Amino acid sequence: MTTTAASEGWPRSRAIAIAKHVNAAVVVFVVLYAIVGLLQPSYLEPAGFMNFLRRSAPLAILASGQLFVLAAGGFDLSMSALVTLTVIGGSMLADNNPDNTWWTIGALYGIGLAVGALNGLIVSFLKAPSIIATLGMLLCVDGAAMMWSGGSPRGYLPDNFRAFGRLVLHDVPVIGTFPIAVGVLIVFTLLAWWGLHVTVFGQRVFAVGDNPRAAELAGVRVSATRVAAFVISALSAVTGGVMLGGFGGVSVGVGSGLALQAIAACVIGGVQLMGGRGSVVGAVAGAFSLFALFTLLNLVGLPQSLRDTAQGLILISAVASGAWRLRHAG
Amino acid sequence: MTAIVSRAPRPRRAPPVPLFLFVGSLVLYVGVALWTGQTSQLQTDGWVGLLQRMVALGIVSVGQTFVILCASIDLSVANLISVGAVAASFIMQGRDSMMLPAVAVVLTISVVVGAINGAIIAGLRVNPLIATLGVGLVLQGLLSASFTDFAGSVPQAFQAFAYGALGPVPYSVLGLFALALAAWLTLGATRFGAHLYAVGGNAEGARLAGVRTNLVMVSAHVICSVLAGVTGLYLASRLRSGAPWVGRDGVYDLESIAVVVIGGTLLAGGRGGVWGTLAGVLLFATLDAALNMLGVPAYPKLILRGAIVILAVAAYAARTREHVA
Repeated sequence: MTTTAASEGWPRSRAIAIAKHVNAAVVVFVVLYAIVGLLQPSYLEPAGFMNFLRRSAPLAILASGQLFVLAAGGFDLSMSALVTLTVIGGSMLADNNPDNTWWTIGALYGIGLAVGALNGLIVSFLKAPSIIATLGMLLCVDGAAMMWSGGSPRGYLPDNFRAFGRLVLHDVPVIGTFPIAVGVLIVFTLLAWWGLHVTVFGQRVFAVGDNPRAAELAGVRVSATRVAAFVISALSAVTGGVMLGGFGGVSVGVGSGLALQAIAACVIGGVQLMGGRGSVVGAVAGAFSLFALFTLLNLVGLPQSLRDTAQGLILISAVASGAWRLRHAG
Repeated sequence: MTAIVSRAPRPRRAPPVPLFLFVGSLVLYVGVALWTGQTSQLQTDGWVGLLQRMVALGIVSVGQTFVILCASIDLSVANLISVGAVAASFIMQGRDSMMLPAVAVVLTISVVVGAINGAIIAGLRVNPLIATLGVGLVLQGLLSASFTDFAGSVPQAFQAFAYGALGPVPYSVLGLFALALAAWLTLGATRFGAHLYAVGGNAEGARLAGVRTNLVMVSAHVICSVLAGVTGLYLASRLRSGAPWVGRDGVYDLESIAVVVIGGTLLAGGRGGVWGTLAGVLLFATLDAALNMLGVPAYPKLILRGAIVILAVAAYAARTREHVA
C-alpha cells in the first residue's frame, strides 16, 4: 500500500477522474439494458445476459474490426457482403459434411484476407476514396456470392460449423451457461484491443488516420498500415459471418446492413470518423448499446424496419454532438 | 533560332473529358453491336433505347453534380427515389385526378429532405457522408415499415412521362436534355452557380468574400433531393407502380456519384460540370447495353458493375500524390 497525500482526496476527485475515463457508450448500454430488463426480467438473469451477449457478439466483433479502418481515416462498407459470402461460401464448401468444416473455415479466412487486401490496395494505390472503393467491392462480393450459390442458397451449415454461433456450454460455475460465441467475442476483442492500444502498429493506425502526411514524414509506411487495417476489418467480417451462420439458415440477406451497424456502433462508442481517435472498449460498448436498442424496439413491438430509422438518427446525433463538443472544447 | 523568344507557358487546359467519354461510348456501342451481329441495335429504336437507359440515372446525377461541386455528397438519393416512387403510386391509386396532388406531395417531401440534409451538414457540421447516410437510413426505415410491396399504381396518363414520345424521341429523353441545359445555365451564368463553385473551391474563402455559404449548401442539397424525387416519379411512371426497393436496386447512390466523378467533377468540389456528368451517364448506359448484347447474366454483371465503378473512379484519382482515405 503506497498511501500518499494525493490519495486523501480520492472520494471526489478520483471518482470524477474515473468517470471521465468511462466511455459514454458504457453508460448508454447500462441504461438501455436496464430498461430492457425492466420490460423483460429474464434478460437480467445470467442466462439471459449470456444469450444477449451471444447474439450481439457478431456485431461487436464487426465493430472492433471496422474500428481499425475508421481509426485510419477510412470506411469499410464491404463488410456486409463479406459476411454474406462467408455464410453462403461456408455452405457451398462444407457441403453438409462436418469433416469439411475446418478447412472450409480456413478457406473463408483466406477469401477474407484477399478481399481486405484488395480493399486496402485499391484505396492506397489507386487512390479511390474508401467509401466508393468499398461500396464497389460490396457489389463485387455480393455478385460473387450470388453467382457461387446460383442465386438461391438454402439449407444449413454442418453442426460443428454452427457451434461457433449456437453451442452453449451448460453447468459452468458462477455464470451457469457459457456460449462459445461469447468466448470467440472475448478472444477477438482482446486481440483487437492489444493490436490497437498496445502495439506500435496501433499507434501507426491512429497516426495515419490523424494526418497521413505527417505520419509518412515520421517514417510510417502509410499504405502498408492502411492495407493491414482493411485486412483486419475483413477478417472480423469473416469471424462475424462464421458466427451468424450458426444463428440461422443460409440466405442472401444475412449480412445486409451490418457494415453500417458496425460504423454506427463505433460512432456511439466515441470513435471519430475520418480517423485519429477511438477505442475498442468504445466500439464494443457501442455495439452492445445498439443491440440493446434493437432488442428494446423489438420488445416494444415496433417493426424491424424501424431499426434503420433509429440507427440513422443515432448516427447523425452522435456525429453532430461530437462535432459540437469539438467546436466548444476548451 | 535567331532570337530567344520567351514564350509564356501555355495555360494547361483540362482535357475535354465529356468529348472523350462521348466518343468512347459510341465506339463501344457500335463495336459491340457489330461484333455480336445485333445490327438492329444500330437503327433508330436501338439508339432511342440507349438514350432511354440514361434517363433515371441522368436525372439523379445532375442533382448529385450540384452537391459534389460544393464539396458535399448525397448518399440518401437512392432511398429518396424509393420514397418518391412509392408515394406517387400510393397517392395516385390509378386515378387521373390524383396526379397533380401526388406530384406536389413528392416534390414537397423532396424539398424537406434536401433542406434537412443541408441543415445537418451546414448547421450541425456533420460530415456529409454520415449526414446523408443517416437521413437515407431514416427514410428507408420509415418506408419499409409502412410498405412491403408494390403500393398502388399510376394511371395511364401518368405513364406518358416514361412512355410518351415526340416522333421517335421519348419525352423523358428530351426532358433529361432540357434539364441538363438548365443546370448548365444555372452553373455557368447565374450568381448562384458562381457561389456554388466558390463554396466548393474554398468554403472559408467564399464566406470571407461575403457568400452565404450555408444557404448555398442547403440550396444545392434541395436541388439534388428534388431531382431524386423526380427520378422517383419517373420510375413510378416507368414501372407503373412504386416499390420500397426501386432506388436501392438501381444502386443510384453509388452510380450517381461514380458518373459525376467519371465526368471530371472533383470529389473535393469546386471544379467540374454537368456535361461531363451526362457523358458519364452515357458511358454507363452504353456499358449496360453492351453487357446485355453480350448476354452477360445478372450476377456477373453485378460484379462488373462494382469493378467498373472502382476503376472509373480510380482512373481519375490514381494520379494524385496525396494520401486518400
